[in-house]
Amino acid sequence: MLRWIRQQLGFAPPHLSDTRTVYIANRFPQQDHYVPQRFADNRIISSKYTIWNFVPKNLFEQFRRIANFYFLIIFLVQLMVDTPTSPVTSGLPLFFVIVVTAVKQGYEDWLRHKADNEVNGAPVFVVRSGSLVHTRSKNIRVGDIVRVAKDETFPADLVLLSSDRPEGTCHITTASLDGETNLKTHFAVPETAACRDASQLEALSAVVECQQPEADLYRFVGRMIVMQQGEEIVRPLGPENVLLRGARLKNTKEIFGVAVYTGMESKMALNYKCKSQKRSAVEKSMNTYLLIYLGILLFEAILSTILKYAWQAEGKWDEPFYNQKTEQERNSSQILKFIADFLAFMVLYNFIIPISLYVTVEMQKFLGSFFIVWDLDLYHKESDQNAEVNTSDLNEELGQVEYVFTDKTGTLTENEMRFRECCINGAKYMEINGRLVPEGMMADCLDGPLPQLGREEELFLKAVALCHTVQISYDHVDGRKDHLPHANGASSHMEYYASSPDEKALVEAMKRMGVTFMGNNGENMEIRTSGGSEKYKLLHVLEFDANRRRMSVIVETPSGEKVLFTKGAESSIFPHSTGGEMAKTRVHVDEFALKGLRTLVVACRRFSGQEYQEVEKRLHWARTALQQREEKLAEVFGFIERDLELLGATGVEDKLQDKVQETIEALRLAGIKVWVLTGDKHETAVSVSLSCGHFYRTMNVLELLQQKSDSECAEQLRKLARRIQEDHVVQHGLVVDGASLSLALRQHEKLFMEVCRNCSAVLCCRMAPLQKAKVVRLIKTSPEKPITLAVGDGSNDVSMIQEANVGIGIMGKEGRQAVRNSDYAIARFKFLAKLLLVHGHVYYIRIATLVQYFFYKNVCFITPQFLYQFFCLFSQQTLYDSVYLTLYNICFTSLPVLVYSLFEQLLHPHTLQSKPALYRDISKNSLLSFRSFVYWTLLGFFHAFVFFFGSYLLMGEDTSLLGNGQMFGNWSFGTLVFTVMVVTVTLKLALETHFWTWMNHLVTWGSIAFFFIFSFFYGGIIWPFLDTQDMYGVFTKLLSSGSAWFSIIVIVVTCLFPDVIKKVLYRQLRPTSTQKSQMHSDAVAIGDDLIALQPLSRARTQLGKISSWRPISAAVAWIRRTVSRGVRACASGWGGRRSG
Amino acid sequence: MNLLVVVSRASAVYLTCARLAPRHSKHGPKQEVERGFFAMKKQEETANRPDNTAFTQQRLPAWQPMLSAGIVIPGFVIIGIAFIGIGVALFVTSQNIQVLERDYTGVEKDSPCFKCTSSEAKNCVCTINFSLSQLFEGPVFFYYGLSNYYQSYRRYAVSRDADQLSGDVSHFKAPDSSCTPYEYSEGLPIVPCGSVANSMFNDTFKLYQVVSGQRKEVPFDSKGIAWWTDYNIKYHNPIYNGSLKDAFTGTVKPPNWPKPAYELDTQDPANNGFHNQDFLVWMRAAALPDFRKLYRRITEGDYAKGLPAGNYSLDISYNYPVLPFDGRKKVVLSNVSWMGGKNQFLGIAYLVIGSLCVVMSLVMLIVYAKFKFPEDDS
Repeated sequence: MLRWIRQQLGFAPPHLSDTRTVYIANRFPQQDHYVPQRFADNRIISSKYTIWNFVPKNLFEQFRRIANFYFLIIFLVQLMVDTPTSPVTSGLPLFFVIVVTAVKQGYEDWLRHKADNEVNGAPVFVVRSGSLVHTRSKNIRVGDIVRVAKDETFPADLVLLSSDRPEGTCHITTASLDGETNLKTHFAVPETAACRDASQLEALSAVVECQQPEADLYRFVGRMIVMQQGEEIVRPLGPENVLLRGARLKNTKEIFGVAVYTGMESKMALNYKCKSQKRSAVEKSMNTYLLIYLGILLFEAILSTILKYAWQAEGKWDEPFYNQKTEQERNSSQILKFIADFLAFMVLYNFIIPISLYVTVEMQKFLGSFFIVWDLDLYHKESDQNAEVNTSDLNEELGQVEYVFTDKTGTLTENEMRFRECCINGAKYMEINGRLVPEGMMADCLDGPLPQLGREEELFLKAVALCHTVQISYDHVDGRKDHLPHANGASSHMEYYASSPDEKALVEAMKRMGVTFMGNNGENMEIRTSGGSEKYKLLHVLEFDANRRRMSVIVETPSGEKVLFTKGAESSIFPHSTGGEMAKTRVHVDEFALKGLRTLVVACRRFSGQEYQEVEKRLHWARTALQQREEKLAEVFGFIERDLELLGATGVEDKLQDKVQETIEALRLAGIKVWVLTGDKHETAVSVSLSCGHFYRTMNVLELLQQKSDSECAEQLRKLARRIQEDHVVQHGLVVDGASLSLALRQHEKLFMEVCRNCSAVLCCRMAPLQKAKVVRLIKTSPEKPITLAVGDGSNDVSMIQEANVGIGIMGKEGRQAVRNSDYAIARFKFLAKLLLVHGHVYYIRIATLVQYFFYKNVCFITPQFLYQFFCLFSQQTLYDSVYLTLYNICFTSLPVLVYSLFEQLLHPHTLQSKPALYRDISKNSLLSFRSFVYWTLLGFFHAFVFFFGSYLLMGEDTSLLGNGQMFGNWSFGTLVFTVMVVTVTLKLALETHFWTWMNHLVTWGSIAFFFIFSFFYGGIIWPFLDTQDMYGVFTKLLSSGSAWFSIIVIVVTCLFPDVIKKVLYRQLRPTSTQKSQMHSDAVAIGDDLIALQPLSRARTQLGKISSWRPISAAVAWIRRTVSRGVRACASGWGGRRSG
Repeated sequence: MNLLVVVSRASAVYLTCARLAPRHSKHGPKQEVERGFFAMKKQEETANRPDNTAFTQQRLPAWQPMLSAGIVIPGFVIIGIAFIGIGVALFVTSQNIQVLERDYTGVEKDSPCFKCTSSEAKNCVCTINFSLSQLFEGPVFFYYGLSNYYQSYRRYAVSRDADQLSGDVSHFKAPDSSCTPYEYSEGLPIVPCGSVANSMFNDTFKLYQVVSGQRKEVPFDSKGIAWWTDYNIKYHNPIYNGSLKDAFTGTVKPPNWPKPAYELDTQDPANNGFHNQDFLVWMRAAALPDFRKLYRRITEGDYAKGLPAGNYSLDISYNYPVLPFDGRKKVVLSNVSWMGGKNQFLGIAYLVIGSLCVVMSLVMLIVYAKFKFPEDDS
């Protein structure tokens, strides 16, 4: 009972055992001692809030932010203590900020709810009491038998019971889970496979025992106990028996499965990742500066309080006859008064912390990230993929990258494999026009008939054709029950699907060479050679894993022999080989690698009958184990894959992606160090590095390879360091392998870093996934704390993508793991250049200016208020009216900076991309450096002093400013300061703006106009709900004074004058390269559209539009001019860089 | 975030459909089917293709100004010259304004008002004599000035009841709590309540021209010294049975006032209560501790053109104490231009900024000539 309560309250985990027992169709045993287990229902909940908890939960989350909490405290202080401003002045902006954020989050959650409801309400068929029942997805319980038809997705994690095929197999695709588009075959246990309709399933009495839910998509450990004729039959269950929620049934009419994990316990739901909390450098410095401002605030408040008491020490100031205190005021305690005064000053100055900074930054990031998604230059036409933004928090970090860590396969290369060469039994062959030609044979024999294959050759080809997990799909499978092709010619329809592109390339190559894999029909694999078709009984598949780096199949040849075929990385095959042409093959493998080919070594082992029985027994034992199955399997695999006889090796080429060389070059010119991290062999890696321009021919390549011991490694490192020092003219490249790297990192991190920093290119080969992440962390945490970016496409890059400051996923052929875990995803490596050099650059400029400007405008805002205290006996009198105080940040000055931060471009994107060196201008967070922060802050103070004392000098002579001799009061004074301030602050941003779209014009001039219109309106009406009518008529009266107008003009000009001078002189004397390019690009784009600067493809579409309204002849001449100019610009752009 | 990206994609699809839609309608029904199919297929292939619009591709047409020397130098010269011109005009205007200022606090023993500074003096009147050597051009404005007087002190400035002053009778019975400590006196509500009203300036002045030993009174105009909006809209006397006095029954006058609000001006019945212009002027709190307030205008009779040269004497009934807080009192006679009273600041500011602009443009010109912009083609 107690436990039940605790479970209900969530104190105790509901699952206390390691396994769960699922009674198929929920036929529980009749015994008394059975305790029903509790499982989650099949509802998917990705939403964060419900209608009921939205308000409290969202408020709680928002007030966990330090800035919001600060304003809440200020608001509460205003409610409690007698303060100069009403609580509305800070309550309203806070409310505004909270509501904007809440609306945004609520909208996102509403979308999630909608998606959830759609999923949970999807119709499904469940077997209940012998017939199919139509119900909704959310009603599925663990133990229900679910029917899924072709092309439907699975509504829960099911254990396959039967399919419409007698052998109980089905095909599925897991594209939405991991992105693998190949068909995978899943199997039913033979005992249940027979139950192919609802009534038969009703008669089935079976129990599934499996582990508790876990997130790993590729792990499932369980067993099925089937009661048949009174005896229990136990069958192992593995991942190949399980159909995961989210996967889709293919090529199979229908299946029945029993639900084992439902709802939030399904593997798909467990894989919902909580977003990595990465914070950008801008955000970090923003928080630091906020703290500094908090310091300024405290300082001002304390100073004011102290001065107030120093001043009031004399009675005549403390209580003149015209300003008597109440009894209560006279008698309250000094300390309480002091604290109350301090708090009142805090409230008075609290606006120096920019309340709307966070919400503006958030909106800017959120809206701004759409430009990445929308960018046509980041759109890959062939695969119809545009860029994806998974987090908008890091947009500006793209402009700060100093190190790029890139994977090789699939990132630099296409991951589109082509078989090139092979080595059979020590002899080298290459594929020419679909034929296997031994080395040395010339083209003359190419036209001749297909040469008869030798015994070794044939064995090798067959081994390659059999040892894989490739699936076949036919164009029109639907009509056929038996999906094997019958006659010749059918093969033209077939297409191979494989999770590994290497395998696909190999099987396709074998087909070209005359050994065609025809598919596997249940237990048989069929291959067709010139001699006819052969059926091999597939006994076992020893799946590939990253640790073993090899995979094997055990087949029974038509002659009844049992053979193991293995293929894998040479390092994992050679040590286990005992026969074959080891030495020659090794030479050839190295040769392939030097050419940049990916190598695989193929070997076989023939089992005697006795051996095979042993193998069979051990495999069964390992596969049915419920605990530590992986370890046991690894052990058994190791036992099987030994004493191998080497057959040969294959060399597969992986084409480089488009424009990789240019991209790497551009990144390097931008001051970014590029590191290639790959799992490939050292030789392969170096040759790819060379071909993609990562290494040059002229580069001095240093090597740290195959270090066995600590001391040796240190010695080598020291030697390298010395070489770098001796020869610092040449550029250096460093090659490290995984083993040496882990040695170097263990003891000699500093030395290693030293060497790395001086190398312009580093290549790490033979890296395990975790090692990649370690390298990234090493650089990331080195003393300079550089910003790192990792880019990769496979699941082996995930750890590195998550570790780096910015993680980029390439939408490649290896699934969506990397994309899902990345911050940004792009289709091709070449897009990285635009993403960093253009988007990164503009986002950084935008947000950095946004942050600085926010601090600046709040200093401007609050400093006059502070100065005014000196003229009102530190009585906390506000200078501005409460409504102005409230609206300054949320109405009068908010929009121009938001629009600026969405649209600003210092340079045309094309200039940014063609001059990567411009990226260096903004490196190291330069626009938010302490220096520029101080500059902006001092500028703010300067402006504030000018506003205040300008107005003071005007009014302080205490003469009338009106033509009718009347006098102004304190509100007129405050309004004058405020007017000058709004105009100056808006114009200051206008000075910063370089890219004036119509929207900038609208909001800039609109803001100023709005302020004037609003003030007329506000001061023109007696507002019935306001306590005081202080502002009535003030603004109109102020503007009816000629002196006020003249003073507004002169003060605004005085404020902006030094800023303009500074800008002009700096531009003239010390121009940054950005400014130089501005001058330059202006010269190119004089007066006309920006067509000349656009990529030609786009220029053409634009020209099409233009020619319709331009006289044609003129247009043609003009086109010729601009196009040729564009071409020349492009050519010189790339060409110039090569030489530089 | 991710979801929103999906949404944006969905909208991209929608837009694609929208763009394709008109194409169908141009053709016959048969073609339309074919086209539709084609379009569907095409749409599937490029469903994710972002729109090629100026907005999405960040290619909005934009004006890209640059603060280069070529624009800034002439700009500065023009602004500088314009400012110097304005400055000269303002300065000259300001110089032409005549001002006469007399401190009458009576701190010095030999000053005529010294006798009134002692606390025993009641209804003390002192006289200040001055002479004008030339015509003081009219209209002449008569101000009184106070120093070291903090009307902007927060607790003081807020000590008033806006509703009461707008004639809301309910606030006559229960003044707003902001009026403390002048909210109630002996249980009765104070009208007008609050510190500001209570401390109303109550010195009065009479100006005489001395013509051959005879004192001839210079007529003061007490109209139009308060803001029009204050007089006509913001402040209202309560109307009660046609009599202002009746409206004030059940209330008491502010403790410092000699007379209740409805008897502020005995000569002009309209200039009483909350429509008394001296009261309105006082209620508009000054921003800074040294301030002037308009007292009277001299616009009538022989003095409409101004004060002729000659001797004048000013009778001051000295009531308002300022010495306890080191304050000073003064009277100011001034005429005004379109830009108000004598104000050197604006003219000087324009001259300084204008000259600076010109100087800086010269400096920039030198810099521009010496350090030619480095041409960089690499």
